[in-house]
Amino acid sequence: MTQAELSDLRQLEPEAPEVGHGSNWREYFSFSTDHKVIGIQYLVTSFVFYLIGGVLAELVRTELATPQVDFVSRETYNSLFTIHATIMIFLWIIPTLTGGFGNFLIPLMIGARDMAFPKLNAIAFWMIPPAGILLMCSFFVGPASAGWTSYPPLSLTVNKAGEAIWILGVIVLGTSSIMAGLNFVVTILKMRIPSMPIKKMPLFCWAMLATSALQLTATPVLTGAMILLAFDLLVGTAFFNPTGGGDPIVYQHMFWFYSHPAVYIMILPAFGMISEILPVHARKPIFGYLAIAYSSIAISFLGLIVWAHHMFTSGTPDWLRMFFMIATMVIAVPTGIKVFSWVATIWGGKLRLNSAMLFAIGFVSMFVVGGLSGIMVASVPFDIHVHDTYFIVAHLHYVLFGGSVFGIYAGFYHWFPKITGRMLDETWGKVHFALTFVGFNATFLPMHVLGLQGMNRRIAEYDPRFAGLNLFITIGSYLLAVSTVPFVINAIWSWSKGKVAGDNPWNALTLEWLTSSPPPVENFHVDPVLTTGPYDYGYEEEEEEVALVS
Amino acid sequence: MKVPSTITALVVGIILTLASLWIGQNHGLMPVSASVEAKKIDDLFNAMMAISAGLFFIVQGAILYSVFMFRKRPDDETDAAPIEGNVPLEILWTAVPTVIVMWLAVYSFDVYKAVDGGNAIGNNHMAHQHAPTMASMPGSAMAATMTGGNMFMAPPISVGEDLTQAPLVVNVSGLQYAWIMTYPETGIVSGELRLPQNRPVRLNISANDVIHAFWVPEFRLKQDAIPGQETHLSFTPNRVGTYPLICAELCGAYHGGMNTRVIVQSPEEYQAWETSQKAVASKDPVTVAALIHDEAMASQVKAMGFGTDHSVMNHLRHEAISMTDVVQIAQSL
Amino acid sequence: MQGSIADQSALEFEHSSEATAPIAASHHGEHPDLRLFGFILFLTSESMLFLGLFVAYLTFRSVATSWPPAGTPDLELLLPGINTVILLSSSLVIHKADDAVKANDVPAMRRWFLITMAMGITFLAGQLYEYVHLEFGLKTNLFASTFYVLTGFHGLHVMVGVILMSIVLWRSRTPGHYSSEKHFGVEAAEIYWHFVDVIWVLLFL
Ligand code: HEA
Ligand code: HEA
Ligand code: CUA
Ligand SMILES: [Cu+2]
Repeated sequence: MTQAELSDLRQLEPEAPEVGHGSNWREYFSFSTDHKVIGIQYLVTSFVFYLIGGVLAELVRTELATPQVDFVSRETYNSLFTIHATIMIFLWIIPTLTGGFGNFLIPLMIGARDMAFPKLNAIAFWMIPPAGILLMCSFFVGPASAGWTSYPPLSLTVNKAGEAIWILGVIVLGTSSIMAGLNFVVTILKMRIPSMPIKKMPLFCWAMLATSALQLTATPVLTGAMILLAFDLLVGTAFFNPTGGGDPIVYQHMFWFYSHPAVYIMILPAFGMISEILPVHARKPIFGYLAIAYSSIAISFLGLIVWAHHMFTSGTPDWLRMFFMIATMVIAVPTGIKVFSWVATIWGGKLRLNSAMLFAIGFVSMFVVGGLSGIMVASVPFDIHVHDTYFIVAHLHYVLFGGSVFGIYAGFYHWFPKITGRMLDETWGKVHFALTFVGFNATFLPMHVLGLQGMNRRIAEYDPRFAGLNLFITIGSYLLAVSTVPFVINAIWSWSKGKVAGDNPWNALTLEWLTSSPPPVENFHVDPVLTTGPYDYGYEEEEEEVALVS
Repeated sequence: MKVPSTITALVVGIILTLASLWIGQNHGLMPVSASVEAKKIDDLFNAMMAISAGLFFIVQGAILYSVFMFRKRPDDETDAAPIEGNVPLEILWTAVPTVIVMWLAVYSFDVYKAVDGGNAIGNNHMAHQHAPTMASMPGSAMAATMTGGNMFMAPPISVGEDLTQAPLVVNVSGLQYAWIMTYPETGIVSGELRLPQNRPVRLNISANDVIHAFWVPEFRLKQDAIPGQETHLSFTPNRVGTYPLICAELCGAYHGGMNTRVIVQSPEEYQAWETSQKAVASKDPVTVAALIHDEAMASQVKAMGFGTDHSVMNHLRHEAISMTDVVQIAQSL
Repeated sequence: MQGSIADQSALEFEHSSEATAPIAASHHGEHPDLRLFGFILFLTSESMLFLGLFVAYLTFRSVATSWPPAGTPDLELLLPGINTVILLSSSLVIHKADDAVKANDVPAMRRWFLITMAMGITFLAGQLYEYVHLEFGLKTNLFASTFYVLTGFHGLHVMVGVILMSIVLWRSRTPGHYSSEKHFGVEAAEIYWHFVDVIWVLLFL
């Protein structure tokens, strides 16, 4: 079909929204059941929470600029990092990756018209803003201050009102995440166009499948832990309170049974997005499709049986420590397969180093650092030294920021044209990348040293011998905060004034690029039929077709 | 000039290996090592640093090389050659990490056993149940089969320098926000941990209110202090000096200030201290309590870098450790 | 393009949209297959919640020196025994309802549903009676707490099951709402009820 015919078809489709911003912005504040609207709702809402979480992080860093407690009180400091982490995890990374990109892309990628359960989808989204606002409101009563891990008995004794709000918020956000996961499993397994066998699915779909499986199995256990914790807190039972005969370690097991899988919930979709973005801009098929697909499943499974590596110093019995150490280290294998396959994908390609590609490559490079430190801390004897130190803080930000956040940015640059119909500005994008990359490493790389040298985490005051590095880190974190500014401006500006993108600005092959940008209400003017694999770049007949369409 | 690619690869490989090994030995990231155990953990860390450095160089090198060599040439709009996989290569990069992590697991296991003796670190009842079985656990057997007993095998590590000596037992108790050490043999109670050099130590760690964690970076050892159950830590300090003792588990507002000192002394100095303290210990509990209280506070306040900040002193005196708390503890010991 | 509309004629277009018709239908939330699948996934997820609580219970139990802790009055077995029998047999009854609706016999289905509901309510009443007459309260000790939370949580699910059934009953007043072809609600209620039963058996043990 030629371009002309395509546009003919489009005219038959009256509902195709106009390119660009403001076609009907009110829709975005309504209970819409269109997966694309919901996706955008997720993306924007959670980005706002990201900025809030970021501001909290900057307050943390400002306090840590000097060894003394001089900026906020100790109590406030504990609340700051607790809420910082809660927001970043439950209101930024998870909703953006699964709710935002998952929602927008999955039905498009598999050629479906919507998610399996559109209403459920909308409900899941609308649970998030109230929970987030509730969490913010806890600042009026003294928010939770026992860390995002909220270990009892401490969590039962400080800021009870804030803690109760925190528990409620986590239960609501968890439920929302379960609902989203359920929707994805059904959609991915049952709603692909008939011509798409599971082994021709884009890798992002595989990743989301693995993610959703984790959401379904692990999140309920968190809910269970929260319910018991709430009973202890509000009713006065003693599940986790040793004074009443309870066992605080049981809470840790239940919490990490969820929260370790949660870290893979926060990285697998990003893995999937990277597997989409690299081939497109390298103009080369993904290297080892099946290996990458199955390694997602392997990671998801292994992710369920390694949780106690967060508890190596909690008096966990020896044999358990050894089991969890080995299981944890094994995760290096499937993850390594992915990393090496990505590198092999760009090797020998014809790289278009635009902002999306820069962030995607930055992702691979930064995630590897975090992954390697992850393997180190998986080693029990070494973890006994660095547990609960800044080495862990460094590890977690390398995987969560260098991994998830870089991945999200890559996704923004890559799919922004599809989502809005307009391109993001490349120059600003590159400035954004450069600032982020430098700021990120300046902030988090020195934390490794601090941890090894003896600075523990979650403290507002520290040994003066660490003052120099901490000041350096704080300055780095300001740079990191500034780095978001070009992005925010770019996104707002381009949404209404950017260059019109056209259907397929990147000449990509997955289905979402087949429809118009932004896609019409039921996604496709005609139901698509698969003719090639998702990554068949560089094949003779393909080149013809790409040429035709573009 | 054209250099054959195998030779280039070989040279690069050798340089990378050497660089990684050098980094593994010379990173200088760890604080001084003051216990027998620390040495082993440092060796382990050095090995991991070397491996990580190698992997880091390989991955980042390949990425940087691609970014510079394979970037799109201006006005070349074609696609690259469609390479979808390479089975031998993929098997290689599955197998090599598998071998590395297996080796690392076995090595870590050995270090753990050596450091821990099978029952020193960890939970009380569990440790007792498992103590006999741990010794016969297929640790080394597993190690041997997994690596085929090849040269990667970590050298057997001998425990402690002075096995014959009975360990010095100290009860360590954490409470918001101080550490209290009791020496059951002598009845000494102190806010600091004083240890003789080269004698094995066994700590019985407990907590009064919330979870704390005993951490001495120079010993590379950490163990949570959990209310309602006792945990243990065994080690042998081998370097005279004063080191920070840090509470590593978030335990409330003053968690960051819950630090004190470990003082490792020569056996003679330690003996002298012990004698001088015994005199104090014979006094009635309340005096002792008052003594430790002030000592604990003083060291804490100092560690916080406050000098004599009165508000902190007051806070500690009135809120953090109530006098009755201390008395109770002192009496129960 | 991975997928392409290229070289598909207009005829093809008609054809392919027909092939995906069931999918399109699901857009309106009326696709029994998917809902059932989704429902089963939901129950899997729910069972993880129970599993988590249950394993916590087992852990408390295995760590404790004596269990139930000394001084806990014995639980009597008669009433819970009767309750168990009621709940288990109600599973058979609701299965009858399923058979009925598959045979397009909606009145019979309604009858069986009513019986099941009655049995469920009896169970709840029995449980409530037990709660009131037990000599320990929620806060007595760890055993009591876990007992109440686990059984209470299960009771909550029985209640939800009863509510589900009453919704089905309400809807079945409209003739033709349920038929041998179209009975997701009935099936969901049934599966849910079996689920609740199985959980109870596990708890009881
Ligand atoms: C996106 C989130 C994310 C991801 C992906 C990971 C990935 C990993 N994490 Fe991390 N982790 C966190 C988020 C994450 N983590 C957070 C938030 C915490 C702190 C929680 C808290 O206490 O607040 C934490 C804490 C944490 C701990 C507890 C530390 C402690 O508190 O004492 C441990 C211990 O084992 C660990 C291990 C690992 C491992 C082994 C991986 C692996 O998956 C990494 C695998 C990747 C690689 C290894 C790199 C690529 C592979 C190769 C290049 C192949 C060759 C490699 C080898 C042969 C080694 N993590
Ligand atoms: C995805 C997760 C995520 C992300 C993205 C971040 C991002 C950051 N984090 Fe966070 N962090 C965690 C997850 C995350 N963190 C977790 C799980 C913990 C553990 C908590 C615990 O111990 O319980 C933690 C803990 C933690 C600590 C340790 C606290 C302690 O232990 O005492 C520190 C300290 O430096 C820190 C710093 C930062 C910084 C500087 C950023 C920066 O990247 C932030 C960058 C800043 C911005 C993005 C904001 C920019 C916006 C503006 C300046 C406003 C401009 C406004 C407009 C343009 C309108 N974090
Ligand atoms: Cu005690 Cu932190
Ligand atoms: Cu983990």
